[in-house]
Amino acid sequence: MSNDGNGIQRADFAAIAQWVQAGARVLDLGCGDGTLLKYLKAQRGISGYGVEIDDDSLLACVKNGVNTIQTDLERGLSDFENNSFDYVILSQTIQAVKNSEVVMREMLRVGREGIVTFPNFGYWKNRLQIARGRMPVSDNLPYEWFNTPNVHLCTIADFERFCGERRIRIVERKVLTRGKAVTVLPNLLGALAIYHFGS
Amino acid sequence: MSGSIAADSAGVVTPRIASFTEPIKLKCGAVMDEYELVYETYGTLNAERSNAVLVCHALNASHHVAGVYADAPQDVGWWDNMIGPGKPVDTNRFFVIGVNNLGGCHGSTGPKSINPKSGKPWGGAFPVVTVEDWVATQAQLADQLGIQRFAAVMGGSLGAMQALQWTISYPERLRHALVIACAPSLSAQNIAFNEIARQAIITDPDFHGGDYYAHNTMPKCGLRVARMVGHITYLSDDEMANKFGRQLKHGKLSYSFDTEFEIESYLRYQGNKFAEYFDANTYLRITKVLDYFDPAVEHGGDLSLALAMARANFLVVSFTTDWRFSPERSREIVKALLDNSCAVTYAEIDAPHGHDAFLLDDARYHRLVAAYFDRIAQETAAAGGAK
Repeated sequence: MSNDGNGIQRADFAAIAQWVQAGARVLDLGCGDGTLLKYLKAQRGISGYGVEIDDDSLLACVKNGVNTIQTDLERGLSDFENNSFDYVILSQTIQAVKNSEVVMREMLRVGREGIVTFPNFGYWKNRLQIARGRMPVSDNLPYEWFNTPNVHLCTIADFERFCGERRIRIVERKVLTRGKAVTVLPNLLGALAIYHFGS
Repeated sequence: MSGSIAADSAGVVTPRIASFTEPIKLKCGAVMDEYELVYETYGTLNAERSNAVLVCHALNASHHVAGVYADAPQDVGWWDNMIGPGKPVDTNRFFVIGVNNLGGCHGSTGPKSINPKSGKPWGGAFPVVTVEDWVATQAQLADQLGIQRFAAVMGGSLGAMQALQWTISYPERLRHALVIACAPSLSAQNIAFNEIARQAIITDPDFHGGDYYAHNTMPKCGLRVARMVGHITYLSDDEMANKFGRQLKHGKLSYSFDTEFEIESYLRYQGNKFAEYFDANTYLRITKVLDYFDPAVEHGGDLSLALAMARANFLVVSFTTDWRFSPERSREIVKALLDNSCAVTYAEIDAPHGHDAFLLDDARYHRLVAAYFDRIAQETAAAGGAK
């Protein structure tokens, strides 16, 4: 779940930074090496914590000067009080979470608002690979079927339906492909989806 | 002689004694008119006096944290794998202080010291001290050494409780607290183990109400049992199984009460060794120090309120197989720190060794502490440059 700091990732960060108010309190779930929080601290003067289960990532967070709590976010966020953060972020992690629904609910309990980013499985290149009879492998989905940590891949349409059914209010949406905004046919032409939502 | 000392050792160290003549009122109400603390230092205090690290010891340890003694090169400090040149707490960058706490038996004023009022050893009359008292006396030592603010205060187990107490008692006097294998208070089970240890000592016929020095004896049998009980709680079940299992000392059962199983041999060895050098009165008091520690109690049981004044940055570390102070207990501390928006990083190290893991050379644990101290060093350097 670590952020590899490539171009696509940075576009994702910039989009998130635009939504996050200066000086906000932010919780980043599955924060990897802490790059996003470090970026938001530099860009927006935020404070907050990362949540990460992996030892190497935690060490990287310490090196990056990011305060991080080592825990399994699947076990819930019981260390965190209701509404104790302005934003809870789940960046490129929801697809690897076993109980996505519980995590989404916890995000909105702990935070005022949530921000989720995920690789859009409906992206045409993914569709094309499936049409050719193969599981998609791409920049945003760099794993093979047998070693992928991703267990809950979804499309933009799936995610919006999920939110609609649970009365999760989508505040804003951005869809990116190679770092550029996609406005036409996002579920087909967008590689990465970024959502800002509230309860 | 120095040829036998490892290159990454803090080297030959000499304990020093700090004397305090200003009376100190202890939490129990007793007043110590004067006292001494024995301490050691490693590394060099920088011109800004901003690179000092205080290492607090746990139950049976001492001020001898790192390095060796000139006359005893085998006597390596108890946290020597953590502290030294190039080690996680790098003495090339930090000025590290180890101190034997008040009531100890390694040179600081304690039950076997002479009570100036009676001219005899304090013995059973030595007051029951607390973590708060220890921290207050450590602060006196810091004053004497000219250290207004520590770069870090660190410790494991009971040592970690002192680091935590520092952030409550003197929030402005430390930048970082490393709270390792800690608990915010003892559980009933923890207290129960301590009570067995105390009863073993107190019911030893050689105890004489704590005034055994006058009888030229020591409650060694009791202290032995106390140490054996303690040792069980320091190791995980798995670690004990791996180390000893059901192995027999002499290959077959003897149908007697001699040492038969390896674990018995280990416990007896540890117990005997300990009873030779440790003072039973000190041991009794340290178990009480542990039992009493509960910063939340003065805040209606609310640890978050207790830590409301804390200003330090925290590194909290627990070990998965530590059943004495389990990860859940560390998480109580983390939760309270989060409630106060304190800067905290929490690591749960997957280590098989139980509570003792904090003393062992575990790669994941040590590299984390090393990275944390790298940050402290960078911060110290940046602050120094700004002056």
